[in-house]
Amino acid sequence: MNVKVLLLFLLWPMAALSQGFAGLGTDADGFAIPEPDPVFDFPSDHGPHPDYRIEWWYLTANLSDADGTPYGLQWTLFRSALAPGEAEGWQSPQVWFAHAAVTTPDAHFATERFARGGTGVAGVVPEPFRAWIDEWVMEGETLDAVRLRAQGPDFGYQMELTAQGPLVFQGQGGFSVKSADGQASYYYSQPFYQIAGTLMLPEGPVEVTGQAWLDREWSSQPLSENQTGWDWFSLSFDSGDKMMGFQLRQRDGSRFTASTWIEPDGSTTPYPDGAFRAEPLETTSVAGRDVPTAWQVRLPDRGVDVRVEALNPNAWMPLSIPYWEGPVRVSGSHTGVGYLEMTGYE
Amino acid sequence: MTRACLAALLSHWRRNPLQLFAFLAGLALATALWSGVQAINAEARASYDAAAETLGEGQFDQILPISGDRIAQSDFVDLRRAGWRVAPLIEGRLGDVRLLGFDPLSSPAGFGAGQDGDLTDLLAGDRVFANQETASRLPSDLSVTVDPSVAPNLAVTDIGVAQRLLDRDDLSRLLVLPQQPLMQPDLASITPHLRLQPASQTADVGELTDSFHLNLTAFGLLSFAVGLFIVYSTIGLAFEQRRGMVRTLRALGVPLPRLITLMVVEVLILGVIGAGLGILLGYVVAAALLPDVAVTLRGLYGAEVSGSLQFRVSWWGSGFAIAVLGALAAAGIRLWQIARMPLLASARPRAWAMSSRRAQRVQAVCAAFLFVAAVALGAVGHGLLAGFALLGCFLIGAALILPVLIAPLLKMAEQGATSPVWRWFWADTRQQLPGLSLALMALLLAISANIGVATMVSSFRLTFVSFLDQRLAPELYVQTDSTEQAHDIEARLTQAGATVLPLLSVDRPIANLPARLFGVRVGPTYRQSWAFLNAMPDAWDAVENGQAVVLNEQLARRANLWLGDLVEIAPGAPLPVVAIVADYGNPKGQAIVSEDMFRSLYPEVRPRQFGIRTDDAQALRDMLVAELGVPDSAITDQAALKAFSLQVFERTFTVTAALNILTLSVAGFAMLMSLLTLADLRVPQLAPVWALGLTRARIGRLELLRAVVFAAVVFLFAVPVGLGLAWVLLAIINVEAFGWRLPMFLFPGDYARLGGYALLAAVAAAAWPAWRLMRTPPNALLKVFAHER
Repeated sequence: MNVKVLLLFLLWPMAALSQGFAGLGTDADGFAIPEPDPVFDFPSDHGPHPDYRIEWWYLTANLSDADGTPYGLQWTLFRSALAPGEAEGWQSPQVWFAHAAVTTPDAHFATERFARGGTGVAGVVPEPFRAWIDEWVMEGETLDAVRLRAQGPDFGYQMELTAQGPLVFQGQGGFSVKSADGQASYYYSQPFYQIAGTLMLPEGPVEVTGQAWLDREWSSQPLSENQTGWDWFSLSFDSGDKMMGFQLRQRDGSRFTASTWIEPDGSTTPYPDGAFRAEPLETTSVAGRDVPTAWQVRLPDRGVDVRVEALNPNAWMPLSIPYWEGPVRVSGSHTGVGYLEMTGYE
Repeated sequence: MTRACLAALLSHWRRNPLQLFAFLAGLALATALWSGVQAINAEARASYDAAAETLGEGQFDQILPISGDRIAQSDFVDLRRAGWRVAPLIEGRLGDVRLLGFDPLSSPAGFGAGQDGDLTDLLAGDRVFANQETASRLPSDLSVTVDPSVAPNLAVTDIGVAQRLLDRDDLSRLLVLPQQPLMQPDLASITPHLRLQPASQTADVGELTDSFHLNLTAFGLLSFAVGLFIVYSTIGLAFEQRRGMVRTLRALGVPLPRLITLMVVEVLILGVIGAGLGILLGYVVAAALLPDVAVTLRGLYGAEVSGSLQFRVSWWGSGFAIAVLGALAAAGIRLWQIARMPLLASARPRAWAMSSRRAQRVQAVCAAFLFVAAVALGAVGHGLLAGFALLGCFLIGAALILPVLIAPLLKMAEQGATSPVWRWFWADTRQQLPGLSLALMALLLAISANIGVATMVSSFRLTFVSFLDQRLAPELYVQTDSTEQAHDIEARLTQAGATVLPLLSVDRPIANLPARLFGVRVGPTYRQSWAFLNAMPDAWDAVENGQAVVLNEQLARRANLWLGDLVEIAPGAPLPVVAIVADYGNPKGQAIVSEDMFRSLYPEVRPRQFGIRTDDAQALRDMLVAELGVPDSAITDQAALKAFSLQVFERTFTVTAALNILTLSVAGFAMLMSLLTLADLRVPQLAPVWALGLTRARIGRLELLRAVVFAAVVFLFAVPVGLGLAWVLLAIINVEAFGWRLPMFLFPGDYARLGGYALLAAVAAAAWPAWRLMRTPPNALLKVFAHER
């Protein structure tokens, strides 16, 4: 087994669980553990938290060009610690990796990067904000206006993002519970980005505009032993409301769900386990696995009963940890667009 | 019937154990040398492959410093952040083990070692990977994991661990990952002091060492040929002696095809046994020589070769096949004769297949043809293979012509002899020539190979020692880490009254060939101690004035640039070649200009190495360590360097010398076997001489003398053949293999000693047959007359 794959199985709990590995979710090896009722300190909390095992800066965007052709974009920087804390140079226990992808209605491009902390090849500084790995960056004076850049061997993008609303805290004020056992993470988002820029695709550059959603999350023990994978939805309705919802699939077939309803002004309502429901409607055979690419998603409390359908069912990320991530269309009680991430499908 | 026939055939060997021994020993010796050499080659190649895999040499483009051998870590970070996907490497030495530090996270999959394991361990656990043999030589406080796939003499670890162990904070080189992103700035715009070396141009150790292995292979083949001579003559004798048995078997009704088949089976059985013994022996030879070969390859090419031998099918398979096929080929001619033998042909054994005048003519024509081919190859051939083909044609031609030339000599001696006994002696000697000719040819090949290689080795040693004296004239060499340190050292040394010779160098293609350009401070050291192969008058003056360049012989030959030709040493800076300097033991092309010229062309390059002329090397050394904090390991004194270089070359020739001695032994053995087998057949020829009154003791002494005469004549032939061999080795093979030509020196004392050995070998080979002859009972001699047919 390649060491990178091993690393990711060990360190990314979703993948670890998807492979039937469940050793790390339960004990913390000296890592800090999220506590309820967090008090965030910005901008420093936009930066890394090396005492926690895992952390990410996760940006997805729904885009369209002048003709109205829809596109999806992903930029994710992960931090994963072999041990808590930070050290100089190669002695740093921090490992960074990143994924970038662009999805079109009939193609999907994805690539990844790896770097060690401590040397300056990758990292995040909160002020002025800069998150980078190699030449991939998300940077700006503050998190409210950032430039975004990433590229692979066959695609790339350069974007400008401007926040049109406040930060949004998931779960209980940013404390997001992930299982009935109490596993949790710190989790906040910036779902109000307007985004514009250029996609570099094999057929040439494409000017696009749209909306983007940034998730910030860090934890040391996000999953429980009996959870096998997750389905995560970020939906932006045409009404201006937004909804984040995820379900963690458990071995016994039951699910643990959570969601947040976000009003256009940024006010939020968290929903506990069971309020949010997602049922697969259709599966697509991607990379040798059956992956649900159309869902019926419900949040009865808000009258949401929508069909969520992949823009391109083949949005498979064939990386060191493979998973599905791509833009979706929403129809039914509400209409809109969004992003779907699914892990743990064998 | 088959069984009975086979038993009858094999009974011959039971009755003639000596022949059986000759057959098996001949084949075993031939196979041993061949497979031993192949085993060494296979082991070396496996080591290169392991190294290429662990080190990525030749597989990936690399980024290297234009000068020096270090890259700042910030350069690595700058390149990564500019969009260059590169993986960092650091190399150094832990004692005598090469240490490689890599980043398991960003290196290509499969690179380095330990990628099968737990990354947490590798990154955080100070874990070092090495093969078993290397692991035992690493400091005991390291946590070493044995990994057999790691190249010999190499330890692999995480880059952070390596930096700490080497006490460094920089890098050695960067691997360029195969997949690069869409857009990327030029290397020069980010790090102008670094250069990109494409994978194909990375010095391929396999290619560099090819010539060395070809040399070994040639020796193996030579020995194999000599061994096959023995097998061929033994089989010839055995078949000759069994003509009667064959006639009887056929008269009893054994069909010819079955008989032939059985004889093939017989040769196969013996061949397999001989080959098997040979492979075991070959393993012993290879295991004994491998450590020397390993040191040689490391010294000459920096290639690490495992010191322990593995039983690989590639070498024992080829050894086995070539031995069995060789035995069958040797038997083929005899089987052909048996197949054509009339059923009731006379079973009388002919003393040997006497070569007629006609056969001699054929041999002479073949030899002449081979000589012509050799000359033609010398004139138009290119490459090492042509060189070896030339060598083969020359040696085989010389061997073939030997009996043709000896015969008239013996005839002259016979005519010059006055007494009847001596007339008989010479005539009898001449009569024996055909029977012994194969053994004599083997002896000729062995002696001439010995002379040739001894000449080459000694010429090389003489030239190389004087070369070292000129090149290593400065008493001390100092390696510096930084420009500031270089500056301090130079200033302090000058103040202390020492002469400082900074060595500036930059790797850049010259005439489109990879080469290294040096800037030197022209002074008495260079003027007095450097000897040019070829130079214009006042060459150093022209270099000092920045008007000319000196090339080493390798570069001159490869680029075909000679005195007066213009060479571009920097873009738009052509200089005429003013001298060619001999450069032994270095495969790289080099060009030398003056320090000032170099500094004006490459102002960014700083000297990292200094030669120091001083009367008190030890005092200066102490001062550098104490006052300037230069690590002791960064200072090399000339004597140590010279001793190391000499040792490398001594080892090279230990290998060839060992192979030479083995060849000579095989040849002596061939002669012994020929004489022994002839001895029985010669009883009928000696009986009349005995009857005429010559005592058995006298006959025995004459037999000994005959062997000495043969050896002496062969030796006299071998001297010119050996010198010819040496010339081909030095002037053709060496140029093709290493790119330099060595002057040839003659060593008559060595040749005389070799002649002595050859005579001794002949006497030793003849002693037992002669002794047996002296002890032949008179009734055996009398029986000759009683059984006169």
